[in-house]
Amino acid sequence: MTRTQALLEWIDARFPLSSLWKEHLSEYYAPKNFNFWYYFGSLALLVLVIQIVSGIFLTMSYKPDAAQAFGSVEYIMRDVPAGWLIRYIHSTGASMFFVVVYLHMFRGLMYGSYRKPRELLWLVGVLIYLCMMAEAFFGYLLPWGQMSYWGAQVIVNLFAAVPIIGEDLAVWIRGDYVISDATLNRFFAFHVIAIPLVLLALVVVHIMALHEVGSNNPDGIEIKRKKDANGRPLDGIPFHPYYTVKDMVGVAVFLAVFSIVVFFAPEVGGYFLEYNNFVPADPLKTPAHIAPVWYFTPYYAMLRAVPAFLGTQFWGVLVMGAAVLIFFFLPWLDRSPVKSIRYKGAYYRIALTLFVVSFVVLGWLGTQPTDFLGKLGSTDTAVILARWFTVVYFAFFLLMPWYSRIDRTRPEPERVTG
Amino acid sequence: MKKILFLALMLPFAAYAAVGHVKLDKAPIDYGDAVSIQRGARVFVNYCLNCHSAQYMRYNGLMALGLTEQQIRDNLLFGPGKVGDTMTVATRAGDAKEWFGVVPPDLSVIARSRGADWLYTYLRSYYRDDETATGWNNLVFPNVGMPHVLWELQGQQMLEVKEEDGPHGKHSVTTLVLDQPGTLSANEYNRLAADLVNYLVFMGEPQRASRVRIGYMVLIAVGVLFVLFYLLKREYWKDVH
Repeated sequence: MTRTQALLEWIDARFPLSSLWKEHLSEYYAPKNFNFWYYFGSLALLVLVIQIVSGIFLTMSYKPDAAQAFGSVEYIMRDVPAGWLIRYIHSTGASMFFVVVYLHMFRGLMYGSYRKPRELLWLVGVLIYLCMMAEAFFGYLLPWGQMSYWGAQVIVNLFAAVPIIGEDLAVWIRGDYVISDATLNRFFAFHVIAIPLVLLALVVVHIMALHEVGSNNPDGIEIKRKKDANGRPLDGIPFHPYYTVKDMVGVAVFLAVFSIVVFFAPEVGGYFLEYNNFVPADPLKTPAHIAPVWYFTPYYAMLRAVPAFLGTQFWGVLVMGAAVLIFFFLPWLDRSPVKSIRYKGAYYRIALTLFVVSFVVLGWLGTQPTDFLGKLGSTDTAVILARWFTVVYFAFFLLMPWYSRIDRTRPEPERVTG
Repeated sequence: MKKILFLALMLPFAAYAAVGHVKLDKAPIDYGDAVSIQRGARVFVNYCLNCHSAQYMRYNGLMALGLTEQQIRDNLLFGPGKVGDTMTVATRAGDAKEWFGVVPPDLSVIARSRGADWLYTYLRSYYRDDETATGWNNLVFPNVGMPHVLWELQGQQMLEVKEEDGPHGKHSVTTLVLDQPGTLSANEYNRLAADLVNYLVFMGEPQRASRVRIGYMVLIAVGVLFVLFYLLKREYWKDVH
């Protein structure tokens, strides 16, 4: 026996290393017809690691104090060796995390990855999305710029709009009567350790839930139905080496895009690093235009579209919250006999297209002030547009039990196609 | 009939006419022109650094422009500081607030928040205005608290408002006319403003040059990796049908 084999035996007697390797990599069978849309899960994991590592190095020099935070970020940019690189990696990674996850979720919508038996997998995924939104929100206060401060002010005020308990809730979140040093310190704690721990745990659960039922595929058929004499799926291939090596190609392409942003255009025209955030936070000066970072803008557009009813703005908060929470219900809204869009009819294809269009248009509307398209009568044109597209967004989900049932589907194949 | 239809379609765009946006001139930024940035640094420390601080910029950061420490100490560092110090100012915040109504903002990252075009246009858009406290006003930043510090170089501009015929009736056209010339010609002053903005852009991100340089190397490396990984993938996947 070689020394390596002996070492492996020693470990295996004390920790299930070899069996974990087999169960999750070398003998974990994934469908052989994964396409472009299947890169984004592994890329999401990569970005999570990038954010944690770059975040650790930032924490070494960043000062979570209202008087020192902005200066410490500039100190990192100028005086810390390669500090500028770590900062840009972290700011680019934050936006890229959402790019990757939105594409990952879109894959799910297309191929029915949320359908039985993967409902719990989908639910955990939506929880991860919620945690990402919280993580981004807490992290954005840390540079203590004008957008940081006033963006946090707007979002915490949403909680203040909750009837009866709102004001107390907002004070509890802020740790003070206004956004202040106390708020910065606790948001730092949430951003650096509390939510990353929850995120890591959820990602582990997400992958375990996936491995329990096996991956879906672009044809939406279950490969475990057709197994060979050894009990291996006929249309499956071991994750290692086939998908480890294929995902490396995805990583290389991703790193190329990532590097182009980090090294040549880290601000991305003000979308990844907002211009107004290079002005230190000033509680006495409200910016003319407050907008969240691009990945929140679809929901921001919805929030602004809902008018005040019965003297409260809380309805906009409810609609915005419902827009995110409705993703949880998707597995039970889809009543189609087939999983994948490839075998669904025209209704679903049109509905999904309209959903994507409304998400993108709402996102664009959310980046601009509400008066940027002028007025139609007494209401801003942009608000009217946002209202229509909010209806389309919700219709995708709420009408799905109906149109998915009456849709003209095609028969699913027995074996996977390309 | 067609004209009415055309006007009706154009009506929403009338909203833009109401917004008072000043058209910004394109700043002639040249990241590679170290001499221009050096000239801008000289203007900055002589004219700006009395009221405005640049507290995140160290004097020795200017060595990236090809200056030696001694050159910085002789020409750009006034007062008893060391070349490793940051560009802070002695003006007290309380005094500044009293004199100007507002504390002059720190300029370390002003080029990243306002943008080069805004700064370039701002520096060239001052005009005499007896209604303000300083006697100066600015087209880009109406009722700004800052006087025209560079007035001796540019001279004094006056605001001229003319009524002109346009496609939708009369509208007012605002121009700035040089009333009293300064020590520099218009071209020379534009050059100075460009140098100063070049410096402000440099100061906003001093390591920009190395960022771009490293970026090219990283892209080449990632490109090589991509080719290797793709060939490896293709080889492994030959047994998958």
